[in-house]
Amino acid sequence: MKRLWAQSLAVALVMAAGVATMLIGLGAYYSLSETRTAYYDRTQFADVFAFAVRAPKSTAAEIRQINGVAQVETRIVKAALLDIEGFELPATGYFISLPASGENTLNRLHLRSGRLPGPGSLREVAVSESFAQAHGLQIGSTLDAVLNGAKRRLTITAVVLSAEFIYALGPGDMMPDDRRFGIIWMREPALAGAFDLEGAYNSVTLRLLKNAVMEDVFQSLDNILERYGGEGAYGREDQLSHAFLDAELQQLSAMSRILPPVFLIVTAFLINMVLARLISLEREQVGLLKAIGYRPTEIAVHYAKLVLLISCMGIGIGFAAGTWLSHGLTVLYTKFFHFPYQIFVASPKLYVVAAFVSFAAALFGSMRAVAGAAALSPAIAMQPPAPPSYKRFWSGRLQPLKHLSQLTIMVLRHILRWPVRSMLTTLGISLAIALLVSSLFSVGAINYMIDVTFDRTDRQDASFAFGEARPAQALQDIARLPGVLVAEPYYNAVAKLSNGHHAKRVAILGKPEAMDLSRVLDLELKPVALPASGLVLSEALAKKLHIERGDTVHAEFLGGNRIEADIPVVDIIQSYVGLMAFMDMKALNRLLRQGPRISGVNMLLDPAQSDAFFAAVREQPALSALALQRVSLAKFQETIAENIHIQIAVYCGLATIIAFGVVYNSARIQFAERARELASLRVLGFTEYEVSRLLLLEFALLTLAAVPVGWLAGYGLAFALVQGFQSDLYRLPFIMLRSTYAYSALIVMVAVALSALIVRRRVTSLDLVSVLKTRD
Amino acid sequence: MTVTVFSGRGLTKTYRSGEVEVHALRGADIDLYEGEIAVLLGPSGSGKSTLLNILGGLDRATTGTVRFRDHDLTNASERELTQYRREHVGFVFQFYNLIPSLTARENVALVTEISSNPMDPEKALGLVGLAHRLDHFPSQLSGGEQQRVAIARAIAKRPDVLLCDEPTGALDSKIGVLVLEALDHVNQTLGTTTAIITHNAAIQSMAHRVFNFGDGRIISTHANETRQNPSEINW
Repeated sequence: MKRLWAQSLAVALVMAAGVATMLIGLGAYYSLSETRTAYYDRTQFADVFAFAVRAPKSTAAEIRQINGVAQVETRIVKAALLDIEGFELPATGYFISLPASGENTLNRLHLRSGRLPGPGSLREVAVSESFAQAHGLQIGSTLDAVLNGAKRRLTITAVVLSAEFIYALGPGDMMPDDRRFGIIWMREPALAGAFDLEGAYNSVTLRLLKNAVMEDVFQSLDNILERYGGEGAYGREDQLSHAFLDAELQQLSAMSRILPPVFLIVTAFLINMVLARLISLEREQVGLLKAIGYRPTEIAVHYAKLVLLISCMGIGIGFAAGTWLSHGLTVLYTKFFHFPYQIFVASPKLYVVAAFVSFAAALFGSMRAVAGAAALSPAIAMQPPAPPSYKRFWSGRLQPLKHLSQLTIMVLRHILRWPVRSMLTTLGISLAIALLVSSLFSVGAINYMIDVTFDRTDRQDASFAFGEARPAQALQDIARLPGVLVAEPYYNAVAKLSNGHHAKRVAILGKPEAMDLSRVLDLELKPVALPASGLVLSEALAKKLHIERGDTVHAEFLGGNRIEADIPVVDIIQSYVGLMAFMDMKALNRLLRQGPRISGVNMLLDPAQSDAFFAAVREQPALSALALQRVSLAKFQETIAENIHIQIAVYCGLATIIAFGVVYNSARIQFAERARELASLRVLGFTEYEVSRLLLLEFALLTLAAVPVGWLAGYGLAFALVQGFQSDLYRLPFIMLRSTYAYSALIVMVAVALSALIVRRRVTSLDLVSVLKTRD
Repeated sequence: MTVTVFSGRGLTKTYRSGEVEVHALRGADIDLYEGEIAVLLGPSGSGKSTLLNILGGLDRATTGTVRFRDHDLTNASERELTQYRREHVGFVFQFYNLIPSLTARENVALVTEISSNPMDPEKALGLVGLAHRLDHFPSQLSGGEQQRVAIARAIAKRPDVLLCDEPTGALDSKIGVLVLEALDHVNQTLGTTTAIITHNAAIQSMAHRVFNFGDGRIISTHANETRQNPSEINW
């Protein structure tokens, strides 16, 4: 153990990386989902959500009668533009009503500071913590909001958190931007007055009994709200904040399924290598022990103890690093997602499983070597092993390799003499490369996604959403605003699309015939002209509904006249964000039997006139939300860049651990086995440099062989990750850049070179005299 | 006229082995002449190997001076010693020290590749009577054959000196004689100064001069009036 400590440590580190990734992935997964569950329970987070245009409060009693409903809360939810002093951009406020007095029964707020707005107060509000922090708003601060066309100054009395907005994404945004999107709670009478909703509501949330049948509740609720412009009920899985958190959890679980096995495979291989070497060094002792009557099992147990020791070291380091890192990750998540507290679950079961799996991998790796030691016959074990016999790898007089130097031939013959070991070393190095490919590829993939989404598909600088759909003439009002270069309308209608039992609630986006800003691209990313009738679905939605081009999908429009129709799917297109369904705007309006209406406008802006534009926007009564795609993109890139840097650092570290573990161990063993040979070369007058080259050349060749294998394995690993990361909200395109391959290979090459160079230093300290005096 | 190839004066070597200080060499003076075969005879631990290692540039004396022709080896750097071994010295060891992954021819070529005026590997192997075993790996050769490959490897670069440390130590008498014949043949054809270390007194009869070692010192030196042919040696 003493003379093997550095090698044992290298093995233990690889094992620790496996244990740690298991703990980080699963630990953060459990912590995050536990925290979410606890938060949901304590704040009575609703199970079902529905919106309507204007429903009388009397319907609440009816809803309460639905089978399976435990609690009902009606409320008013409206978006409105905010004007915050010192912030040049208009922000969007998402206004939610609190009961006239007291607390909500569902979706309760978690009070961070202050007190809820006074009963019946018209100007007091509670604001979401992240928004308050982004603007330095405190209890007593004021902000202006344009509520239904009337500007009102509001005073903050509370800073709160809500389980409904753990992930608070503004309309049209890719990434939460706390400066431009805030959630604001007001007493119901104040909002009802502002939006002419006295005695009525436009949003209802339900908490269900355990035995409730979700689909039946949706149906009953939709039936009640149908008359009042109901937009269709949906459950948590379609609630934006919940869905994003789900996608994140899914990624964590995908990561913890894919990464740890890589490390455990390498661990098994390294244990095998180190033990085989140790046993070959201790042949004589093994022979002696067997000669004096030790049983094979006792010999096996002796070596198994070493495996146990290395495993304990690896598992111990892995536990410490994994606990620390997964705690760190949980804290990071708590900040990114707005939780009031975090529950860090250090589940003993998880630790036991991680330890057990790792130890099993180590034992598996040790099996062959230990069995070999146990099977050694004492007489043979006490003789030195037979000299290795080599074969020429060419025959006859043709000597294609005769131009190679003898040193190079030595390297090649040595690699071929131990093909299994050479192959496993190559495999180990290639796994390090694969790990990097599977991580670094996301940089290219995300850039590609940004390019497709922002530069090719949604090219607008900004887009407005009206509170309610408006006649097509509204476009002219927007086009006339200062700084608007191009204005392009859109209309969206919420519908339940179904194909047999496959159904999905989506917004069908109607686009004008001549669309140039927000476009629809086909699978080859070429602009698609929307047909005069029929639907165009994104690939992800089509897959979800099991629909192909030419099939017909049943659409049930929620809200308005609740029209149902069978619509042909005329094309399948590419989109990495959301589940998209497109239709020609005129066709959509026609289908809904209504005159031309628009829900919002996409715009190209003149940057020189942005001040005038923003000033004009603040005076527009009809606008409820303004999305700034370019600002959103910048925020997106900023967040991604931060995460990617951490991710790259972590993966480079892990890949280096693998490369180091494999190469350091191989090189040490090689060095020990070939010390005599290397010393002979030194005696013959070869310089240190020449002798080191012999050692390094072998690793260079093995690394070179590992590169294509690593690329291939990385390709597969990345593909598995992409599949694991897919969610309704976004998908990572599977794009492999050449630079990804190049960097992955380069980083591992550097790690290999450094590990080999550490061992190379031993060439300097070779004791020529004593090595030559002893027989092998 | 005799030309001095090596000249060592007052050579001592002390090293630590665990807690014990070992005096391997306690002050040896030696001159080796060009073209001669010198046998360094003595029991194990008498300092002869230590002296040979110092002459061959594998080790350094603790005190004293050693010169090879006009090279001062006493204060040579590691790099200079490597260069010295590369250009001037051929070694033959008790355990052959062949490279197992190279054939006989390739083992010799290994050295000829880095020499300025080598002979063909085939010729060198021919000199030691192995012209028919060129493409065999060490594991396919007998001990005597392996040692003769080692000799061929040592002489192929036409070294100024050939230093042999117990070249027959691992071989039986019959095979050992073949090895000695090879050494003698090389000495006669190439005129290579040859130093042979041995604890086998029978070998001294083939030498021009004999140095007797005991307890880290050269106890006596004598020249053979008539040298015996290796084929007549027996032990």
